[in-house]
Amino acid sequence: MSKHHVSSVINGEPVEFLCEPQQTLLDCLRDELHLTGSKEGCGSGDCGACTVIVDGNIVCSCLMLGVEAEGRTVLTVEGVAEGEKLHPVQQKFLEHAALQCGFCTPGFIVAAKALLDENKNPTEEETRYWLAGNLCRCTGYDKIVRAVLDAAAVMRGENPPSPAT
Amino acid sequence: MPRVSYTAPTSIDDAVKALAASAGVAKALSGGTDLLVQLKSGRVRPEVIVDTKRIPGLIGIREEGDKFVIGAATPGIMISADERLTRAYPGIVEGVDLIGSTQIQGRCSIGGNLCNASPAADSVPPVIAARATAVVVGPNGRREVPVENIVTGPGQTSLQKGEFVVEFRIPKPLPRQSDAYLRFIPRTEMDIAVVGCAVNVVLDAGGTCTEARVVLGAVAPTQVIVEEAAQALIGHKLDDDTLKRLDSAARAACRPISDKRGTIEYRIKVAGVLARRAAAIAFDRAASRA
Repeated sequence: MSKHHVSSVINGEPVEFLCEPQQTLLDCLRDELHLTGSKEGCGSGDCGACTVIVDGNIVCSCLMLGVEAEGRTVLTVEGVAEGEKLHPVQQKFLEHAALQCGFCTPGFIVAAKALLDENKNPTEEETRYWLAGNLCRCTGYDKIVRAVLDAAAVMRGENPPSPAT
Repeated sequence: MPRVSYTAPTSIDDAVKALAASAGVAKALSGGTDLLVQLKSGRVRPEVIVDTKRIPGLIGIREEGDKFVIGAATPGIMISADERLTRAYPGIVEGVDLIGSTQIQGRCSIGGNLCNASPAADSVPPVIAARATAVVVGPNGRREVPVENIVTGPGQTSLQKGEFVVEFRIPKPLPRQSDAYLRFIPRTEMDIAVVGCAVNVVLDAGGTCTEARVVLGAVAPTQVIVEEAAQALIGHKLDDDTLKRLDSAARAACRPISDKRGTIEYRIKVAGVLARRAAAIAFDRAASRA
């Protein structure tokens, strides 16, 4: 069976790749494009470690075929920072130590960025519901939620105190 | 995953041809949030996947006269964001919104939720309660069928070889008509229904119910339209006696299984409770739409 030729915009750059029809977008990102930030946790859309933004909406890249990315715009965790400058969500994850093993972190960062793109002032409850599709077995979620709410404050131009160290 | 071929036609005719031409199993793809899981597990082994999302009309919501038309592959996020639908049928939007996580909402569709044929599909009871029809196309042309005629059992549908659902047609509500969908799960998010219940009612100016549909999910091999529960509501306001008869009728219609989410006895009990609660919400909404 022949490979499909796919043209997409990934992290702002036009990208072309070849893939088998049964390869997921996650497989293509990791194995064809060597963007290994997106992780495969469950492979069935339950854990959110593979979260990417496609045409403005977060999706599990393990539940989308690579060929479906034809003509689509994709943002992965590699495209969240601007060069050397971390996104506020990334910066606050560091400050709050909102990660332990780190495997779920790329998915949380992408999902949280999408939340803050759409809602500048989410409540804790809205944040927890939005992130319900991202599983973390280390942190207990509290630090993650605090980091996201703090990042939102920074992005609104407020100056939340850094967490005590 | 096993090998498969993929095509993304841009017309209904080409999609039907691709589905019908396959010697083996052919699967129509909308959001893929069930299909890809089944591909990976080997539960389905299609020869060809026909992506329906590039066909005009498959994604989108439009009004046609006295109907809303929802493209079968329209993602949940687009349905929840539609103010017309949210006003007209908040229960349908509630059902759709309960499918999976934010990530799943970016992809999941009513067409996929229906044709995956899970008894616990959250978007299906409120769509049936709204008397929606599904437009099915296939090698023999186009047919419009009540949504409740599509699912025949767990994982089974009445769709024939080469057929797929292109859109849902939902009558616009009457002035004092509204709906509600409630799902019971033991957690607050990200679980599969133990029981789901949609109630759709029309009230007269005095608040008496003139038409009703009550649909249960996850308590039988398919969604169940509970005619006796509708009859308990019609001609009545939502008083204690009416609620009691609604509860009994909903419980009597259950033919559930016991599994890790709930026993037979538990599901039956919860069905009665959800029917009462969903009816209360639907009555309130219908009254406030006057």
